[in-house]
Amino acid sequence: MSGPRPVPDADHETITIESNDDVVRARQLVRTLAQRCKLSLVDQTKLVTAASELARNTLVYGGGGVMRTGLVRRDSRVGVTAVFEDSGPGIPDLDLALTDGWTSGGGLGLGLSGARRLVDDFTLDTEVGRGTQVAVTKWAR
Amino acid sequence: MTGMREGVTSVAEQEISTRLVELLTQQRESLGAAWLENVSATLRGRISVAELDRELRELYSALVDGLRTGGFDWQGDSYAEVRALLGELSRNRARQGFSPTETAVSVLAGKEILEPTTETSAEDIQAYLRLSRLMDALGLYTLEVYAKTREEIISAQSEQLMELSTPVVKLWEGVVAVPLVGTLDSARTQVVMEKLLQTLVDTGSDQAIIDITGVPAVDTEVAQHLLKTVVAARLMGAECTISGIRPQIAQTIVALGIQFGDIVTKATLADALKHALRRNSVDLGRAGGAA
Amino acid sequence: MTERVPVLKIGDVLLVSIQVDLEDQTVLDLQDDLAARIVATGASGVVIDITAVEIVDSFVGRMLATTAAISRMLDAETVVVGMRPAVAITLVELGLSLGGVRTALTLEKGLDMLARPDSRPPAKP
Repeated sequence: MSGPRPVPDADHETITIESNDDVVRARQLVRTLAQRCKLSLVDQTKLVTAASELARNTLVYGGGGVMRTGLVRRDSRVGVTAVFEDSGPGIPDLDLALTDGWTSGGGLGLGLSGARRLVDDFTLDTEVGRGTQVAVTKWAR
Repeated sequence: MTGMREGVTSVAEQEISTRLVELLTQQRESLGAAWLENVSATLRGRISVAELDRELRELYSALVDGLRTGGFDWQGDSYAEVRALLGELSRNRARQGFSPTETAVSVLAGKEILEPTTETSAEDIQAYLRLSRLMDALGLYTLEVYAKTREEIISAQSEQLMELSTPVVKLWEGVVAVPLVGTLDSARTQVVMEKLLQTLVDTGSDQAIIDITGVPAVDTEVAQHLLKTVVAARLMGAECTISGIRPQIAQTIVALGIQFGDIVTKATLADALKHALRRNSVDLGRAGGAA
Repeated sequence: MTERVPVLKIGDVLLVSIQVDLEDQTVLDLQDDLAARIVATGASGVVIDITAVEIVDSFVGRMLATTAAISRMLDAETVVVGMRPAVAITLVELGLSLGGVRTALTLEKGLDMLARPDSRPPAKP
């Protein structure tokens, strides 16, 4: 769950997530970065799908928020990171929220747990009443 | 030399390096020739003398420049040129298949050119010893680059091998197969599986066979990858058959508690092909490959 | 405001070809439109072509599964065609196996499948 938090480059981009349109824009932005980072097609698809799940969570459960995304470096590797932040109700029971099939919002309950499986690094900070931050990173192979 | 105080060392070292620069500059031609001869004797014509001469001349000048401006601090900026030249030299040697000895000799042979004789003064003997230590350090640096290059070559080759060892072949109209041979690790399995799925699209085949007759063992991760591939193929509208599961692998899969569920498995590739063709309703009684 | 995905009718089959990155509302609209058109036209089959679709997340995945279930209740078979390998691999990793949804490699094979309904069992979960 924890681990070194990836820090986006100075030239990372931030977009607000307040409508269904923004979820589409978030996907497209992450895809552009994944292509620039030369992720394999499968890895691109996995990352963009994870971003889509998380952006929708930010909108539906967090009541809207922002996504910051950019290229990251660690040692000699390059990756794409995306950080989703909202100031919504937070997640009271993390273990439960990360369980396949559990949902509080009528979805399939695969958003968080599925997104975690699709990326290389996954960190989640949440506080009830204050909000949730999820950071995901996919490294070029 | 150990235990010397910083200030003392640097003054003494400076004198020594100045003396070395003097010696190396005065006798440039004869020393350079001796170095060249030492090295070419070891390499025995595997590299042209002209080429070696060029390499060593460049190295010689860079070394003298380094000594003049940077003393013995071979990791400093003054030695950037020396390190660059040595890096290039060892990378070339590694790629051309020279042994570590044959690579390091280019540097280490440089020690002998100033070898003291009975007439050498005490100061010059000290200078020689100091040069010798410097050349040792540079020799080790050369070997490090050499080893690193060899590692890169090995990893590039294993990648090529992976490409080569995973052919996806079309067996019949609408049937493709991937015969897997050798040990499967997670990375290789993933590559094969992606390739197999792409071939389904490219050839318009809706029957895939994964033959693991040549695979001695599988671990949990590899078994999971196989399983995921079958499910992914189904999502794309294709059917996947696994053939050639050895008894030991069947035992492993059962012992690991992996559910193969309703995945079709066949004893041999031939059985799997027969099964695939039947699904595609090919009449085997008739000749021809049309589905 | 939101655009709608066109639903074409060919014989007694409804054909939907998804060409753009869909936002969630468009996905829900499509699900409604399809149910309405099946009833209105008495179609016996639905083909959803996702050849051009670069990602299928759990939302779109759920729409595909729900549409298949709804159309079955309305006596029409649904076939999803043209899923890309990267999309399929990602869906498996995500944990979605689209149980009950029939799939085919190409549009042609999908139409063929609807013409011969019992030729292939649906993907199991």
